[in-house]
Amino acid sequence: MIPRYQRVLLWVLLLVSAVMAIFLIRMRERATDKLQADANAASPLTPPSAMPTSDVVLMLANDTDGSLVNTDRLIALPAEPHARARYLLNQLLAEYAKPGSPHPIAVNAGVDDVFLVPLPAGTTGGTLAVVNLSSGLLQAHPSGIETETMTLLSLIGTLHASMPEVTQVRFLVDGTPRDTLAGHADLTRTYLASSAAPPPPTAEAK
Amino acid sequence: MPAGEVRRVRFRLVRYLSLVVCALAASLSAFPSPLEQAGQQQPTLPPRSSAAVQPQFLIVLDAAHGGADTGAHLAAHLDEKDLVLALSIRLRSMLSARGIPVATTRESDVTLPPAQRAAMANAHKPAACLILHASDSGSGIHLFTSSLPPAQPTTFLPWDQAQAAYLQKSLRWAAEINSAMTHAGVPVTLGRTAMQPLDNMTCPAAAVEIAPLTKDGAMTAALSDPDYQSRILAGLAAAVESWRRDWNAQP
Repeated sequence: MIPRYQRVLLWVLLLVSAVMAIFLIRMRERATDKLQADANAASPLTPPSAMPTSDVVLMLANDTDGSLVNTDRLIALPAEPHARARYLLNQLLAEYAKPGSPHPIAVNAGVDDVFLVPLPAGTTGGTLAVVNLSSGLLQAHPSGIETETMTLLSLIGTLHASMPEVTQVRFLVDGTPRDTLAGHADLTRTYLASSAAPPPPTAEAK
Repeated sequence: MPAGEVRRVRFRLVRYLSLVVCALAASLSAFPSPLEQAGQQQPTLPPRSSAAVQPQFLIVLDAAHGGADTGAHLAAHLDEKDLVLALSIRLRSMLSARGIPVATTRESDVTLPPAQRAAMANAHKPAACLILHASDSGSGIHLFTSSLPPAQPTTFLPWDQAQAAYLQKSLRWAAEINSAMTHAGVPVTLGRTAMQPLDNMTCPAAAVEIAPLTKDGAMTAALSDPDYQSRILAGLAAAVESWRRDWNAQP
């Protein structure tokens, strides 16, 4: 025989449990409503501005005859110069990653950063571009004097064609100097993109 | 004796002693040395002999890579370092048989840094340097000279630009190779590159990269093809012979 006070206590505990369950469910609904309201009240994200496409020149290498061919491409490029240079060079490497490329390099994004450093006006002037390559590019790159030289000339020529103010180019790999690209071409020296004086800045550049 | 008198006496004593020492030194310098007394002449430097060095025509062969540096993996069980070493040894034998002195940077599978290769080559003061490479990309022979801007020869050359003073001769040396290889029926692609030890050599220098023969994208002669290797070596030997004739004709 269960004593009376225990039965009363049981019913009280059940009642309290039910009230607590109803309270928690209600609190959860209110929290959900609040998050939903905050999400709706927030200002909508501005859509990404469509980058204007521009006609750029890619200097594509061909291992068969050792040539560099100027090829026009319509590519949307960022306006910011550093991002523009990096995106441009990665677009060039993407061309080499396509099947049947005459200069095959099996890597899509091999340029991590491009730093543009203005050179002192007293010297040759222009801009020094420091191209930071990824180690993945070096691992994927075929070994050979011709193929490595073509890659470097292709990167330098493409950069200079779209950014004529770039007169000198240096290469880093993962942020540190490296002796060679894949065992042959020298990465320790500064390459001259053009010995000619850079053009005067345009109104847009100002 | 008072203290002041003692100091005066000491001062006089020191002054007399210094005078005596000076007089002794002057008298000694006035006398002839024992060597002159004996009638002997002072030893002098031997006269600088005008070394009449007859320059010797010598070729330096540099088989690239070696040891831990395998170079390109050309095929199964065929690394670039092994192929170029074998070609270097065969070419040395061919040139020696023609009476042409040859020095090689390596005769076995050893690791040599580029600076050491250049130093070994420069020490011989060779008539020409030939760097041998191999690659499985492209076709035929890739013939490279340094991309440094030409410079006038000076007494001291920057190590990383030493080849600049020899660039004109290097271009002529490359033209000899180009002509000989074309005559041997091997297509040649000419180029300029920045590469060590090529840029550090103080001699007419060219780098030869041997690639398979291809036609319309299909391989017609592999790097391991003995006939193809023989054609290349015959062409290189002919280039050295022609370079020696030009070298002997120089005043």
